[in-house]
Amino acid sequence: MLGIDQKNILKRIRGRVLLNNVLKGLFFASTTIGLIFLALLLYRILTQGIGYLNSGFITSFPAPYPEEAGIFAGLIGSLLMIAIVAPVAIILGVGTAIFLEEYAYKNRWTKFIQINIQNLAGVPSIVYGLLGLTFFVYMLRLGYTLLAGGLTMSLLVLPVIVVAAQEAIRSVPSDIKEASYGMGASKWQTIRRVILPAALPGILTGTILALSRAIGETAPLIIVGAATALYTLPDSLLSKYTVMPIQIFNWTGRPQEEWQFVAAAGILVLLIVLLFMNAIAVFIRNKFQKRY
Amino acid sequence: MGKALQNEAMNIDVQTMIENKRKKKSVSGKLEKLIPAFLFLCAAVSVLTTAGILFTLLRESITFFSNTSIIDFYTGTQWSPWTGHFGVLPLITGTLLITLIAAIVAIPLGLMSAIFLSEYASDRVRKIIKPTLEVLAGIPTVVYGFFALTFVTPLLKTFIPGLGIFNALSAGIVVGIMIIPMIASLSEDAMNSVPNKLREGALALGATRLEVALKVVLPAAFSGIVASIVLAVSRAIGETMIVVIAAGASPALTFDPTRSIQTLTAFIVQGATGDTTFGSTIYYSIYAVGATLFVFTLLMNMLSQYISSKFREEY
Repeated sequence: MLGIDQKNILKRIRGRVLLNNVLKGLFFASTTIGLIFLALLLYRILTQGIGYLNSGFITSFPAPYPEEAGIFAGLIGSLLMIAIVAPVAIILGVGTAIFLEEYAYKNRWTKFIQINIQNLAGVPSIVYGLLGLTFFVYMLRLGYTLLAGGLTMSLLVLPVIVVAAQEAIRSVPSDIKEASYGMGASKWQTIRRVILPAALPGILTGTILALSRAIGETAPLIIVGAATALYTLPDSLLSKYTVMPIQIFNWTGRPQEEWQFVAAAGILVLLIVLLFMNAIAVFIRNKFQKRY
Repeated sequence: MGKALQNEAMNIDVQTMIENKRKKKSVSGKLEKLIPAFLFLCAAVSVLTTAGILFTLLRESITFFSNTSIIDFYTGTQWSPWTGHFGVLPLITGTLLITLIAAIVAIPLGLMSAIFLSEYASDRVRKIIKPTLEVLAGIPTVVYGFFALTFVTPLLKTFIPGLGIFNALSAGIVVGIMIIPMIASLSEDAMNSVPNKLREGALALGATRLEVALKVVLPAAFSGIVASIVLAVSRAIGETMIVVIAAGASPALTFDPTRSIQTLTAFIVQGATGDTTFGSTIYYSIYAVGATLFVFTLLMNMLSQYISSKFREEY
């Protein structure tokens, strides 16, 4: 019939549909590999670490024997680190975002700052460690202290917070801004009482995610000299300190198998803290996210 | 009389009110001027950070290169700083090896995940799988390192008996898994922004979903996909803890993945934790290595930005 080889066409269609189905299976399988890896990782760490995870582990200092070792100094150190990073990075980050979104003229300089922030976000964390070592540890003579570590970490998470805050501020609809100006409010009044409250959920979510990155970072703190074994808590900003990832790293490097279980227990504590922070972020996003 | 007093009181009241208002206005007027200046200072910090990074790396590297020839540094094939051999090539090949293994793992898996999520999965499935995959990106790298050393390496050893405790293969695979969500998530975003009418047009012509994905969506989202891959590779180059923990600390000019190697990042950690004293040659060498690393990742990031801005298809 008019030279159309129906049989051949049907055969080809069958082949194409088959290929589609086979590759669909392959794509699905690839997606699950990531998920399987995640499940495996969590399962392994849970089974290895759960035996060592008890109240003694959380309230003890490092010890020469695995049974007595604990993560207390690391846990408190990580929380103190957040107490430094949060105010510094939030003020600088949100300030930068407001400046770029509301005040800066859209000119070459603003674009330069913007590109600069994007590039900073891509700088490997260890390079921030080198910056901290030269600038905070040696030039400002802070030494291997909590403050030097905290300031280094603040610079590290700054670009993440700026980008998140910018997106949050940008998504505030201009109607309510203009309504505020229309009521006679000045620029800063509008920012403080209208834009920031509306953008707050987005800013907080981004900030918490950035801080949870700071909690998990290890490399830059090794460079700026976090202690690996600490038997007292830091009592001032200029004290020696350690954080959870550094403790875990230290335990991971020991040859006896028991230390691996201790490291796994430490990882569990770290993951629980991270889970808690992410839960807060999700909660804030769902609870306070207004739609305009 | 009483009325006059009342009037006077009221007058004073109004006067003070006006004065107060004026004061308040001048305060808020000052605030209105001060705030932008303060915010500008905040924004300046990020520029200063970049300047600080450049200045730090440059100054200490220049000091290093005044003692060690820059040509020997970039062409030398032996890296053993404690005996005075500063040839950075083994660290560079180590970094490239890890990055290559990671890319071989992450690019196919990440792309196929992106295609599945964007072209095949229902909205409900995507809403569950995408955030779960992104959890992988939020896990601290020290945890990955621990897992590579205590699980992946022993597992690989059952297939490759000659594998060392520390090896590039295990570290590279785990770095690859770590960057999967980056490729999958960003590529999926790029593919999602391809307008549906293109898909529907192709489907109406009788294309299968696979043909739509490979011949319509993939080319249309190409710039976004390539940008995400470049960004992920840059992340792999800068990855530190996984490599420090699982790949060991033996710089070697080799592409044999079963051997222990050392990357640029891993040396910086080793150099900073040893008994390195401020001002020693090794101290300066970590900055020269850091500068090399910085240039690598900066080039990759700029390439990624260039690709996504230059080759963006607008619909």
